[in-house]
Amino acid sequence: MAWRDSRRSRSRLLLFMSSIVLGIAALVGINSFGHNLARSISEQSRELLGADLVLHSTQPFDSTIAPDIARLGQRRTTDVAFASLVLFPRTQGVRLAQVRNLSGDFPYYGAWEIAPASARAAFRAGRGALVDDVLLAQFKVKVGDSVKVGEVTLPVLGRVLKTPGQSGMGSAVAPTVFLPGQYLARTGLVQRGSRISYRTYVQFAEGTDVAAVVKGLQKRLDKASIESDTVASRQQRTGRAFSDLTEFLSLVAFVALLLGCVGVASAVNLYVREKLAAVAVLRCLGASGRQAVLIYLLQTSGLGLLGAIIGAALGAGVQFLLPQVLGSFLPVEISVGLAWPAIGLGLVVGLLMAVLFALLPLLSIRRVSPLRVLRAAYDEDTAGADPIRWAVYAAIGLFIVGFTWFQTHKWLVVGVFSGSLLVSFGLLTGLGLLLMKLLRRYFPVSWSYVWRQGLANLFRPNNQTLTLITSVGLGTFLLATLYLVQALLLGRMELKTGDQQPNLVLFDIQREQLAGVENVLKQRQLPIIQRLPVVTMRLLAINQRTVAAIKRDTTDDIPPWALTSEYRVTYRDSLSTSETLLSGRPPYLGKDGLPHISVDAGYAKNVHLKLGDTLTFNVQGSPMQAVIGGTREVDWTKMQSNFLVVFPKGVLEQAPQFEVVITRVPSTAQLAEVQRTLVAQFPNVSAIDIGLILNTLNDIITKVSFVIRFMAAFSIITGLLVLASSVIISRYQRIQESVLLRTLGASRRQILLITLVEYALLGALAAGAGIGLAAGAGWALAAFVFEVSFAVALPSLLGLAAVVTAITALLGLLNSREVLRRPPLEVLRGEG
Amino acid sequence: MILQVDNLTKTYASGGRELTVLHAVSFGLQAGDTFAIVGPSGSGKTTLLGLCAGLDRASAGSVHLNGIQLDNLNEDQRAAVRNQHVGFIFQNFQLLPTLTALENVQVPLELRGEKGAAKTAQALLERVGLGQRGHHYPAQLSGGEQQRVSLARAFANRPAILFADEPTGNLDPDTSATVVSLLFELNREAGTTLVLVTHDLELAAKTQRVLKLRGGKVVEDYRSAVVEKY
Repeated sequence: MAWRDSRRSRSRLLLFMSSIVLGIAALVGINSFGHNLARSISEQSRELLGADLVLHSTQPFDSTIAPDIARLGQRRTTDVAFASLVLFPRTQGVRLAQVRNLSGDFPYYGAWEIAPASARAAFRAGRGALVDDVLLAQFKVKVGDSVKVGEVTLPVLGRVLKTPGQSGMGSAVAPTVFLPGQYLARTGLVQRGSRISYRTYVQFAEGTDVAAVVKGLQKRLDKASIESDTVASRQQRTGRAFSDLTEFLSLVAFVALLLGCVGVASAVNLYVREKLAAVAVLRCLGASGRQAVLIYLLQTSGLGLLGAIIGAALGAGVQFLLPQVLGSFLPVEISVGLAWPAIGLGLVVGLLMAVLFALLPLLSIRRVSPLRVLRAAYDEDTAGADPIRWAVYAAIGLFIVGFTWFQTHKWLVVGVFSGSLLVSFGLLTGLGLLLMKLLRRYFPVSWSYVWRQGLANLFRPNNQTLTLITSVGLGTFLLATLYLVQALLLGRMELKTGDQQPNLVLFDIQREQLAGVENVLKQRQLPIIQRLPVVTMRLLAINQRTVAAIKRDTTDDIPPWALTSEYRVTYRDSLSTSETLLSGRPPYLGKDGLPHISVDAGYAKNVHLKLGDTLTFNVQGSPMQAVIGGTREVDWTKMQSNFLVVFPKGVLEQAPQFEVVITRVPSTAQLAEVQRTLVAQFPNVSAIDIGLILNTLNDIITKVSFVIRFMAAFSIITGLLVLASSVIISRYQRIQESVLLRTLGASRRQILLITLVEYALLGALAAGAGIGLAAGAGWALAAFVFEVSFAVALPSLLGLAAVVTAITALLGLLNSREVLRRPPLEVLRGEG
Repeated sequence: MILQVDNLTKTYASGGRELTVLHAVSFGLQAGDTFAIVGPSGSGKTTLLGLCAGLDRASAGSVHLNGIQLDNLNEDQRAAVRNQHVGFIFQNFQLLPTLTALENVQVPLELRGEKGAAKTAQALLERVGLGQRGHHYPAQLSGGEQQRVSLARAFANRPAILFADEPTGNLDPDTSATVVSLLFELNREAGTTLVLVTHDLELAAKTQRVLKLRGGKVVEDYRSAVVEKY
């Protein structure tokens, strides 16, 4: 019966279901990509690391453990890495690069892509350097040219296209120059106080239990501040980083699906209205309410399944595109294949959502009275509360919460996501209802007929007001929020880079070099905006509890970076212009001789510190206890050296340290010249070109926002599809009316104007509500997530609202055109 | 002549074949005439009415309505002619379901941009005995009441000619009698020409002239034997 009944309206039902296709496609695409990525990471996890075990420290390995490390596994490579300015003499190009001095046959796994291939052997024989392709391209350097690192000048043997474990984006941010290990000492860059990272890559015999080896060494490694990274731990870490990304994208996809489901609900609602007569006949012939619902539920489920299958097929195709879009972020070569769990999930979620949303309007069929056969009436069947309807609402809510939990396993995300959806739907629905109420109450009776007819269509029976305001409003909301977030991120970068802002940071300056470096700047009349000493140290204990003990305590939620990373600390007795005192005092030396330090407020919160707590640091081998004497708010967006921890004067003066000098160089040409001079006179001094960093960040943000926009496009296209199908379906409602008006002598212009008034008003209202919601979301994100001030980019948002309104009105008009083409008689007869 | 029809032919393409539903029909009506088109189902009655009223285009032949040749007009121009000169009554009433009774009657006046449409419409509703039902939607009215609203609407723009397609087809005999009597009364009061399509010969007999169609051809065109009191 369900099949037979659908015969005449199958194409129309299919249109309803098309609105879920894109949502499912996006969901399946993203989840398939997530599966494939996880599989690729697991398959290539050895390649990610390039070895079975990596040991890492910011100081040379302690003599108590170094001999044991030197005996580990079958083969080892040592890697001493630091940042330094490098110079390409032929083109005079200078840039801060990562310098890695390798002794050994790293990488043991994965392809180290070098062109020409012969360069690898030449490198191992110590005949020259290998340089990341991006760096060579930037300065138009060719293989065979030379590169100067510190005091050493070596020929460039080859271009490095890919290094295991390093993504394309990684090498763009910090391009690497590889030197054979024997040149390390000759660079002259390893000095007291230099920031250097020491690594040993180890390859074990096949079948060795690396975790057990590490476990045996763990205590001594901890004591020597050596971190270990195994294939398993790297795999876990990389996987986690990318699962966050796919979770986020899958939620964006889920919104597209939800939007589509709103379309399904409204479409089925109209479909049901058309079928009321047929249902009444069925009831007359003895069908129960349940049977009647079942007939139409089977129809919608069948088409929901079809929509889900088409969507899943499309999604399986989409995932082939994603690696192209995300490629440069990925550390592994992703192998694309059909991910059946993702396809299955897409089918189930799509079908269930479609059925649940279709069920809402279908439920009213149960109450259709057989009396309708004798006499049509509008409201007799649907009056009164329906507990089953509330059960369906609850099921939809539970499903959304359940799905979000399944995707993210984070209650905070579940709460924020479901809450925002609820608020958005609630506000948009409320707005629609309010509009109808206001129009009914304050109807402008004196306006022209066209206006009154257009406005009246917004609240008369069979209106599209709620559906269109919800779907168009939600679509606009998503689009505008994405736009605002992007503007926030970019704006944050641009915030403090005006003409008078510093743009060159010189660091790793040894004390004895300070006068010389300042002289270089003074000769060129460059200002010294800031000069400060930096001492590196590690945290040993918080309130006498050792870092190792805190790490073992799983109930502690102190972030691991706070315990393990190297602290760069300065010392002074006052706060800088980018700092505001929140509690206690600026740094001072206590009467007890203990330094009272000032910490960043955010850091204090993360590490659960309060005034009077003690921190014990390892300052280059000597323990030093400090007391929290005050907290500061730091404006991290100001382009100057900001610090988590500031010591008072009078304690660290004798510790190994380097100086940082910040200046502003007016032109790029002079910037290059200053860097060249520095490389020549003070090879160990590094320089950060802030303009270059900002450009790179901008690049990353552009790529990230492209990925997000790519996913958001699904929501937007779905929104448009829902909009188009809502409008097309409403045609079936309006066609009779328009034709009658034509019969009674309405001109084409009058019909079009009535439509224009109705849809333009709906579009404008929905778009306005959408950007209003987005402005709210943007403000919340700015205040709570990015912690920046928020200014609405009003012209762009209004432009977006205008475009959405125009599209809505245009779709409405295109729809009416069809009505105008057909002769009235045909429709009057066909209607029967 | 208020309506002049010459050699009117209508052909539809159906399943690759041509189907002629109206063969060279000709007749003429004077202002104030009452006229019925009768015939069995499928004889072309409604097609002929639609062509005469400018709701569709003929394949051949011509229609002059109130001196205007409809065949050369585009849909918008024909809509204007309908609005100025034509009233309609349909078997299934064809009221706009989303408008109240009063609003339905107002529509033709509103489309012309006439002032005081509500007042005129209210007067007409009172004339058909529905003065108190103006704010009701069509679904809240009985069939007879709906047809009376549709009568009020048909006369709202003071048409020169009124086309009625099976006006009593959906009504019981008593209601039919009321509606028919009202139709002829209003017609006489307004001096409108009436073109009626029906297969109810009794109703047809109430008009001055009857055109009988079969298979799209005129088989009879006669003056009614008795012109009743209407």
